[in-house]
Amino acid sequence: MAMLLSGNQALARGMYEYGGEFASAYPGTPSTEILQVIAKFFKDDVYAEWAVNEKVALEVAVGASYGGARTLAAMKHVGLNVAADAFMTLSYTGVGAGLIIVSADDPSLHSSQNEQDNRYYGKMASVPVLEPSTSQEAKDFVKIGFEISEQFDTPVILRLTTRICHAKGLVEIGERKTVENKGFERNIEKYVMVPAYAAKRHKLVIERLEKLKEYAETSEINYIEWNDKKIGIITGAIAYQHAREAMPDASILKLGMGYPLPIKKIREFASKVDRLFVVEELEGFYEEIIAAEGIKVEGKKFFSNHMELNVDRVRKGFIEAGVLDSSVMPESVETESVLPRPPVLCSGCPHRGIMVALKKAGVYTNGDIGCYTLGALPPLNQIDSCLCMGASIGNAFGIERAGKTEKKAVALIGDSTFLHSGITALASVVYNGGTTTNIIVDNRITAMTGGQDNPSTSKTLMGDAVEPVNLAEICRAVGVKHVREVDPYDVDESYKVLKEELDREAVSVIITNRPCMLFPKKIKDEPYTVEADNCIACGACFNVGCPSISISEETNEKGRPKAVIDEYTCTGCTICAQVCPVDAIVKIES
Amino acid sequence: MKNGTTNVLIVGVGGQGVLLASEILTEVAKESGLDAKKSEVHGMSQRGGIVTSHIRFGEEVMSPLIPSREANVILAFELAEALRWVGDLHPDGNIIINEQKIIPTITTTGKFFYPEKVVDKIKTLVPGAIVVDAYQIAMDLGNSRLVNTILLGVLSLSLEIEEETWLKVIERMAPKGTGELNKKAFMAGREVK
Ligand code: SF4
Ligand code: SF4
Repeated sequence: MAMLLSGNQALARGMYEYGGEFASAYPGTPSTEILQVIAKFFKDDVYAEWAVNEKVALEVAVGASYGGARTLAAMKHVGLNVAADAFMTLSYTGVGAGLIIVSADDPSLHSSQNEQDNRYYGKMASVPVLEPSTSQEAKDFVKIGFEISEQFDTPVILRLTTRICHAKGLVEIGERKTVENKGFERNIEKYVMVPAYAAKRHKLVIERLEKLKEYAETSEINYIEWNDKKIGIITGAIAYQHAREAMPDASILKLGMGYPLPIKKIREFASKVDRLFVVEELEGFYEEIIAAEGIKVEGKKFFSNHMELNVDRVRKGFIEAGVLDSSVMPESVETESVLPRPPVLCSGCPHRGIMVALKKAGVYTNGDIGCYTLGALPPLNQIDSCLCMGASIGNAFGIERAGKTEKKAVALIGDSTFLHSGITALASVVYNGGTTTNIIVDNRITAMTGGQDNPSTSKTLMGDAVEPVNLAEICRAVGVKHVREVDPYDVDESYKVLKEELDREAVSVIITNRPCMLFPKKIKDEPYTVEADNCIACGACFNVGCPSISISEETNEKGRPKAVIDEYTCTGCTICAQVCPVDAIVKIES
Repeated sequence: MKNGTTNVLIVGVGGQGVLLASEILTEVAKESGLDAKKSEVHGMSQRGGIVTSHIRFGEEVMSPLIPSREANVILAFELAEALRWVGDLHPDGNIIINEQKIIPTITTTGKFFYPEKVVDKIKTLVPGAIVVDAYQIAMDLGNSRLVNTILLGVLSLSLEIEEETWLKVIERMAPKGTGELNKKAFMAGREVK
């Protein structure tokens, strides 16, 4: 039977079918759904949990693999940076039962802070990389990944990209086949990486890579589709599909294994085609390796390493290379450029009040990774830096230390992000005598990725109730003396508390106490409306950036537009009413 | 329909039900015995951003993304979005436009303006464009959330897929307890001229 599944769903299905027993992850687009699907559909067979960050996810997964369970650790590309410390040495220890690390890369940064090609991690750690091109392969490669992992005693990177994770295609469904769980087998020289043992293991890693290269030569997942031999294309991942569609007559060497490469097979393919191209997304990873072998190849000259590929871009590259006729490209039509539609904080979002307070206080806000990053966009414009998970607290402290800035620097971080990697930074600020003001916008959920639980939400991924961590106590425990709670829907109060803490010559933490208005349940109260006669069109309410507020067709005497509220989407959070200077915004009495 | 592949591009704004509509269409294609792929941009879209979903079906579908100017049908859930994407239409393709306007928050900055006379502009490019007030039809049926199945009804007239297949899939995939209502909405869409 075939089902339409996204790559993420198919991968989860693969965990079930191929005897996976354990999965851990920190949510991150585009990888998030893998664990959610496991927890929802396969929880009786595969245990799944959210970790506080990717490093922890991998460390627990490593333990589970040492302990005998076929294991998966999933993360988005930047998550592997967080887990890299564990990952690099894991390559030396090898595994117990099969261990797959999913790296979900995001070419075109649909929802990420960078474009990053994680095939390089495979090369850096001498770890094999598998790259599926379809949902079906996303499932099949779980099986192959476990087999390679166990046969060669290595972790395996399963590298997905957004167009694999979130594109749906047909997948053949099978039954679960379990494998025997042998439990933990004590082996100090293998699992304890003190220098003497690690040096020995490094030798094994080098030998393992040679064996993996041999495997790559013979594996069926690297195969040739012979066609016209004038053009040969080496490609893999989603780029394979684009290349096939753009160049239906060319011969193709399809790489299911992105590292190490089957150099003999490539050399043979190269010798039989007149002109050899590599079509790959992001960096010229295959191309570099192939060129270094002295094989004549072209690639990044025609297919940019900026943003994801598609059929058009591949066609354009081949036109530029002079091997495709430009008539295949349809003429483009001139259309009017339409206004942008940037994402905004939701109607009634609890982050809005604190943003308004920050704006009024005139500070530099060091943001973090989460919904509140959207506060950087107009009309709020209140995030001044955003680097990576957990960076806000350190960034703010650094600005303070640099000492040149008149405005105070504030850190703004969410509950999940604070638990991910904010705690250590906060301890460091206290230790080094900082006086920054740090705001934890605690909406009791990991909201940006679609509402996942975390240790502050009192529920696990499998649905069990647990005692939530106490963020205020954590802050006190690392040495913060001034920890205050505030209701972010009360703009005046938020501003007052913020001002007091900014003036204080000591490090402090302000924790907001309203839940996300979307998750777990959508919150909706009586909506508000603008009394048009009273509205003076000052625009104060526009500045809060609520999607329920827009410009009215009515204007004041100077022709400036008045405000209007969409009562279907307004949640009645009252923030716009609080900023209106003439009380023109009122609750709709039902 | 290059390579025998039919390409449908569905565009709209977060919260309009674009994703469920594209999910239904992809399942319908699968139920008709075809290879099918679907790809959409996730992430920020639920916060008022643009949503686009590429659905491709036929004997064998390769890329999950529709190449530019190869969309056989564009189904636009929102007026300005119809204008934004009309350039992706195949020269022989058609566009179905829901007349609903969703004015983005960015207009309140006074630097951006919602486009005017959108239908006229599109009709100069695509004279046969189909314009529907699905929101009004949905309200007449008693629920604003029926917009997506009504639009699928309109779309179904331009695709060679059995009515029963559509109804079967809608029944199965509509949110709990709304199967009948959604089928009614779909049929209302099929009656739009
Ligand atoms: S009360 Fe005002 S700010 Fe709050 S959701 Fe309604 S329109 Fe938006
Ligand atoms: S803040 Fe009040 S007066 Fe000013 S535009 Fe908004 S509704 Fe009108």
